[in-house]
Amino acid sequence: MATGTDTLATFIHIGERTNVAGSARFKRLIQAGDYDAALAVAREQIENGAQIIDVNMDEGLLDGELAMTTFLRLVASEPEIARVPIMIDSSKWSVIEAGLKCVQGKAIVNSISLKEGEAPFLEAARKIRRYGAAVVVMAFDEQGQAETVERKVSICERAYDLLTQRAGFDPEDIIFDPNIFAVATGIPEHNDYALAFIEATWQIKERLPGTRVSGGVSNVSFSFRGNEPLREAIHAVFLYHAIAAGMDMAIVNAGQLAQYEEIDPELRERIEDVILNRRDDATERLLEVAERYRDAGAAKRETDREWRTLPVRERLVHALVNGINEFIIEDTEQARVELGEPLHVIEGPLMDGMNVVGDLFGQGKMFLPQVVKSARVMKQAVAHLEPFMEASRTDARGAGRVVMATVKGDVHDIGKNIVGVVLGCNGFDVIDLGVMVPAHQILDTAVEQGADVIGLSGLITPSLDEMCSVASEMERRGMSMPLMIGGATTSKLHTAIKIDPCYTRGQAVYVPDASRAVGVASALVDPEQRAALASQVKAEYREIAERRASGRAAANRFTLTQARENRLRIDLEAHPPVAPAGLGVHSFDDYDLAELVPYIDWTPFFRAWELKGTFPKILADPTVGETARSLHADAQAMLERLIAERWVRARAVVGLWPAAADGDDIHLYADPAHSAHLATLHTLRQQLARDSEHPNLALADFVAPLGAGVGDHIGAFVVTTGHGERERAAAFDAAHDDYSKILFTALCDRLAEAFAERMHAHVRRELWAYAPDERLTAEDLIAERYAGIRPAPGYGCQPDHTEKATIFSLLAAPESVGVELTESFAMSPGSSVAGLYFAHPQARYFGVGRIGQDQLEDYAARKGWSLEQARRWLATLLDD
Amino acid sequence: MSDAPRTREARIAELERAATQRILVLDGAWGAQIQKHRLTEEEFRGERLAAHPQPLKGNNDILCITRPELIAELIGDYLAAGADIISTNTFSSTTIAQADYGTGHLARELNVRAAVLARAAADRATNADPSRPRWVAGSIGPTNRTLSLSADVNDPGARAVDFDQVYDAYREQVIGLYEGGVDLFLVETIFDTLNAKAALKAILDLRDEGHVELPIWISGTITDRSGRTLSGQTIDAFWISVRHAEPFAVGLNCGFGAEQLRPFLAQLAAAADTLISAYPNAGLPNELGEYEEGPEAMSAQLREWAQAGLVNIVGGCCGTTPEHIAAIARAVAGIPPRQVPQLEPTLRLSGLEPFAAT
Repeated sequence: MATGTDTLATFIHIGERTNVAGSARFKRLIQAGDYDAALAVAREQIENGAQIIDVNMDEGLLDGELAMTTFLRLVASEPEIARVPIMIDSSKWSVIEAGLKCVQGKAIVNSISLKEGEAPFLEAARKIRRYGAAVVVMAFDEQGQAETVERKVSICERAYDLLTQRAGFDPEDIIFDPNIFAVATGIPEHNDYALAFIEATWQIKERLPGTRVSGGVSNVSFSFRGNEPLREAIHAVFLYHAIAAGMDMAIVNAGQLAQYEEIDPELRERIEDVILNRRDDATERLLEVAERYRDAGAAKRETDREWRTLPVRERLVHALVNGINEFIIEDTEQARVELGEPLHVIEGPLMDGMNVVGDLFGQGKMFLPQVVKSARVMKQAVAHLEPFMEASRTDARGAGRVVMATVKGDVHDIGKNIVGVVLGCNGFDVIDLGVMVPAHQILDTAVEQGADVIGLSGLITPSLDEMCSVASEMERRGMSMPLMIGGATTSKLHTAIKIDPCYTRGQAVYVPDASRAVGVASALVDPEQRAALASQVKAEYREIAERRASGRAAANRFTLTQARENRLRIDLEAHPPVAPAGLGVHSFDDYDLAELVPYIDWTPFFRAWELKGTFPKILADPTVGETARSLHADAQAMLERLIAERWVRARAVVGLWPAAADGDDIHLYADPAHSAHLATLHTLRQQLARDSEHPNLALADFVAPLGAGVGDHIGAFVVTTGHGERERAAAFDAAHDDYSKILFTALCDRLAEAFAERMHAHVRRELWAYAPDERLTAEDLIAERYAGIRPAPGYGCQPDHTEKATIFSLLAAPESVGVELTESFAMSPGSSVAGLYFAHPQARYFGVGRIGQDQLEDYAARKGWSLEQARRWLATLLDD
Repeated sequence: MSDAPRTREARIAELERAATQRILVLDGAWGAQIQKHRLTEEEFRGERLAAHPQPLKGNNDILCITRPELIAELIGDYLAAGADIISTNTFSSTTIAQADYGTGHLARELNVRAAVLARAAADRATNADPSRPRWVAGSIGPTNRTLSLSADVNDPGARAVDFDQVYDAYREQVIGLYEGGVDLFLVETIFDTLNAKAALKAILDLRDEGHVELPIWISGTITDRSGRTLSGQTIDAFWISVRHAEPFAVGLNCGFGAEQLRPFLAQLAAAADTLISAYPNAGLPNELGEYEEGPEAMSAQLREWAQAGLVNIVGGCCGTTPEHIAAIARAVAGIPPRQVPQLEPTLRLSGLEPFAAT
């Protein structure tokens, strides 16, 4: 094992490309049923040197057992492929067993673990032995995946003893996977992950002779997704050391492994620093050089203050492109004096800078937070110049004029504000009417101001209906202005089949995110492009509508009676309901904001800024990591001030009552004897045809039914961190600081969710106290690793927003926490969360999905609605 | 059986001991012996199946029910010829193989009856000469369906049966043989290893139900001169694929005569760390499909195998007769059995070809 080349020669390469989870191409082929091409993928890997092929069909939308069976049977008829052993890879036992039933050779099962304890582990192991396969065992036990050397080795030893002494395994047929995790994530605890694997490998090979060690190598470089050349170098360095420690095999892209010796020595050393955790700044040092290896493009470096020595025009461009507002007023003033005319400053250096920003953003080289920062610089510069300008700016319509609003009944505006800023910095004149804007006001303004485009935004499902109303009103008024549709619940499908038909005189266009808004708006203001775009969009929407109509073969759906028959019957014996320690209503005012910080789930925060990735990994992402780190730092700094200066007031109200399910309804009572009926909550039931192992759920299933002989309970809550939000946001507006405004509103939104999570923990541990001893980390909380759920009306488990009204009246929310419901049942202030509490351990989140006419009628009768009302509020659940 | 007080466990222990001391002899073919009697359709049916709606002529296994005295006589001939191990007349006694005759529902009974017949004959011979114990191997054929090959030339993924169906058929057979009293299971004439794996799983699963653990004997069939099974595996790949059953013996049968079989047998003997068996056909069939190699020619070759240390169990397959078996028994008598080699333990896997981690 003197050199990397030699060690690689005896190392076993397991082909990874026939894996739907790891190869987008293979997944596409399997989903499309193109098994000939899928077989070619397998053949290609073997030609590239794979000695075993890993076959994985774990994909939510695939029938894994069927895909595994079909593929392996076809493999059996291809001697060039069938000559090598198969690694049957699945996290589902049924898929593994389906695979074992198709291979005549001796395969490897990947994988089993002690995650669920010894009994299921032994049962699977014995079956594998009976089918005559070797097995991969993950270092995973009842406590979770092993991260430290000690845990990795001790779990493997335990598994070894069980396999050899109680399942009849030869040590030679056991392969351990001691977990390769990502390093260089920016989290100090992760720095030791690669070294821990290598050390554990050495100890396992030493203590458990005969066994083998394997692993999924690509995990180790996960932080560098998108930078394939660097990842290959990291894999080569990692394997060099892991093989020296005794690693025998790995799932790799055969044919794409770099040679250890051929890696640039400087890079190799920095990678080794990371893999072997040799210095604290190893990650930073690797990140420094990482970009150089992505492609020929040189790494962009921050050139501290040198730019201050440039001429003022260039300083302005630099400030705009880099989003630095520190010197913007003095530079703008200097430019105004030098150029003589304020307008020359705007049309000269400022527009030059914004054009660069627009281009970089368009090319995907700049991300939204940076653009918003640039826009802030621009706005502040313009604000400084305005008093010096004689003519009013209303003539300066720039690229075009857009009137934007969040529709009536809805209060959410983070996304709309971002779109406004992006349009603004691309030269559009944006008139933002704010939130909860009635149709007539939007349309009157658009006509008065001679707008080129109207933009509508909304977050909650009833807003979809309101958008249709706005479109119909435009049609009625004989308008033909283009209409842009955006926001979390909107979709191309909804725009195509619901909004587009309402508005034939003009064109409605769905805009999926802020990045697309500029392109769409620019096309819509240019008469020639507008016609081309409109006809293209029209054709696309018609096709969507037709495909939808023809593809709508009756869904395999139960009748409501059948669905109810297949309801979940919770196990009240194993888990008898716990009576709450504190029945009734509890309110909390001016809650300590600092206590909410550990409960913040940051991933959606980054998503709001159109930065895709999971926190904290996103901070080390090779593409957006730098932007994400800077945004995160700004957010942390603002959060500190927000808490110290109490920018918002956190209020919550929680209620716990005796309750009993009655069919799909839940009755609430003032007393445990059920003599004083308080209210009835209505729930909706899944109707997709399922089997007895997959019940058709409704929230009512999670509460003990009437007559069950056991008294059960339910809870409800409303929390808000929105008091003070509107005022503070207006102050940022006045300071021409959209960046801070959006940052702030996004933080308020996160704090409201964190508050809901905090109150849920309080309820579980103290108020209801059904889990007084739970111990959870922040990660556990975000992954919802606790008993009980807190579903919110308007979302998956209960898509009917109107159910909030019952919760609000039970909790007297307008008085107790100052939160109101709009006519669309949105909560105002917007940074608020409402929901129900269910304690039973079998309670879980689900999606109701589409419902049938029978449930629509039944639900309308229960709610006391006309069919027409029911159709309106449940529109998103109905077949069109 | 009252004068055969030996328990199953004792018989198995005796078998294992005997295998270390001498080369054991299996019986020869059933087909050739039965053919000599030129049975008519009516004789195949007997009284019991006189009204059966489908022809039964050629269904040799059914004779255990309809002509038990004939089967008992043939067993007696092989025991008299010197066979240590008698195989049951159950090569096709699975629901799948019997389905062609419409007698799938009789599968379990066929296995029980055949095992009882062989058991009684073997125990009689043992009692007559306790120094020479005899054993009964339950014959488990490959069925006439295959799990690894397509049943449709236009659709390589098509299969006439699935693993669970084959497993269920074997499970029924194995239970019948066990009830009838066999001493070991002989999974033989394997042309598709996946079928064999279903049979092996059915046998291994019985152990969970409290049955005595019976030795397993596995015998594959090579169908072409390159030395592969019909389903495409090499000898080594085949062995690696079935080794998990920890068989008492592994070997080759059918397919070829002794001369053609020898190189593949040598390959298996080098690879397998268990007893080796071989029971070839009486040469290659002539233009009329008849096997012509006589007892002397055949037994001379098997004697050479024994002297070369290749075998632990020998016998005959298609075309062999009690005369062949008598000649073979004489030819190998006194020659020490093959020593089971110790192999370097390592991770061994297989597709159509073997793979060993170095």
